[in-house]
Amino acid sequence: MNAIGTSLTATAASLLLVVVAMVISWRQQLGLERSIAWAATRATLQLAVVGLGLGLVLADGAPLAWSWVWVAAMVLVGGITVARRVPTVPGLLGLTCGALGAAAAASLLVVFGFDIFPLEPRTVVPTAGMILGNAIGATVLVARRSLRELDQHRDHIEARLSLGKSGAEAVRPHIREALRTAVTPQIEQTKIVGLIALPGTMTGLLLAGVPPREAVAVQLAVMFLILGSVAITTVIVGPGVGRRMITADQRLVVPIEAPTLPG
Amino acid sequence: MDRPASPLFRLQGVEVERNGRRVLGLLDLTLPARGPIVVAGPSGSGKSSLLRLLNRLDVPSAGTIELRGDDLAAADPLKVRRRVAMVFQRPVVFEGTVLVNLREAATDLSRDEASILLVRVGLDPELLDRDARDLSGGEAQRMALARSLTTQPDVVLFDEPTSSLDTANALRIEELAQSLQDDGVSVIWVTHDLDQLERLAAWIVVLIDGTLAQEGPASEVLAHPTDAVAAFLSGGAS
Repeated sequence: MNAIGTSLTATAASLLLVVVAMVISWRQQLGLERSIAWAATRATLQLAVVGLGLGLVLADGAPLAWSWVWVAAMVLVGGITVARRVPTVPGLLGLTCGALGAAAAASLLVVFGFDIFPLEPRTVVPTAGMILGNAIGATVLVARRSLRELDQHRDHIEARLSLGKSGAEAVRPHIREALRTAVTPQIEQTKIVGLIALPGTMTGLLLAGVPPREAVAVQLAVMFLILGSVAITTVIVGPGVGRRMITADQRLVVPIEAPTLPG
Repeated sequence: MDRPASPLFRLQGVEVERNGRRVLGLLDLTLPARGPIVVAGPSGSGKSSLLRLLNRLDVPSAGTIELRGDDLAAADPLKVRRRVAMVFQRPVVFEGTVLVNLREAATDLSRDEASILLVRVGLDPELLDRDARDLSGGEAQRMALARSLTTQPDVVLFDEPTSSLDTANALRIEELAQSLQDDGVSVIWVTHDLDQLERLAAWIVVLIDGTLAQEGPASEVLAHPTDAVAAFLSGGAS
């Protein structure tokens, strides 16, 4: 792409900035040099593999089915990522895969059902990637926050259980709080979009030479899809975590060591 | 021993293990309907663990528990909890007014019924519209008791309900418990306060280190304690 003009040499040159970051870390005695180097190396390897895979999936004449397989793999990897980050919730893998799958399906249905993008490999995979990437962060947040809410409000939950309320009724106010917390960052981000930094999709389109008006229209669609997908995943995963912390005989069984959150 | 024909609770071979540690190991225990029953013992002796078994907030690792002859494990836990209410050590106050709190388990509770409940626990009915979080500790505990009565329970479990209250408020809660018992609602009260034990108990269960040390009518246990119970009674609360 001449408009962008990226070459391997140029990419390698951008590594200089990684070196700069490492030097700053060393001079400031932050102890982050190895982490920075590992992050850069891992990102390079991951993207190289992804690039090779995408080369096959997006090749001219590649069947669309390959793209859907790629999307399914992204959902699975996303589910595994969330389950590993919140290991104390039993059965979280199935729950998050279901939630991410539902969010991806709903979003892609809108994207291709309303012809926002043409249905072809080069649009399916990146669109699903954007949606899932944002949904995964919110999913981890809602799972952790739900556990924390249940842990911190054991007394309220058991008081409601003692009044003969069901487990679902007893945890609902606290799961609702966790949902609010998980969705709020995305709402805030949607509110300030474009005011501080240009969002990724729009930036990409502008760099590719697309007129600003079209770039804004696409960015709006993407933002709304992300907001919707975050809402879908959190509204499935939050109550799902709540259900998993209540036994069949309606007792609360929050793990002793609920994960802590910064702040 | 003055045992009624139909005990309130019967525990057989009950044990509770938590994280590989035995916190309660009762071979057999029969609790009569006539009370108040006071479960006493030093801190960490398994008193609260026993109480939580009786309304199925916890289940035993082994053994069976019967409520008036019915196996608790086979019963609907939600129905059990409406029959066997619990008043916790620290009063739990839900968001909203006192009326909203009282309607938590009885959504169709009328204002008149709510007022009657407040009067029963010694609170002014005018508190109905007050934010429940503005109540004092004693008022909140009495509201929590009133809330637990909205399910019209047969039994009320009190888990050290006066431990964070001053003496005047503690005595009021004790009087309320006694009046419930007089009205036919069985009262099971956990404490490590020996004065409270003597004031309130008609039947005493003493737990030490998670095992049953002694049980029986209060007069009998206090007059003829076993050596371990005598040591607890003379040593005071821990």
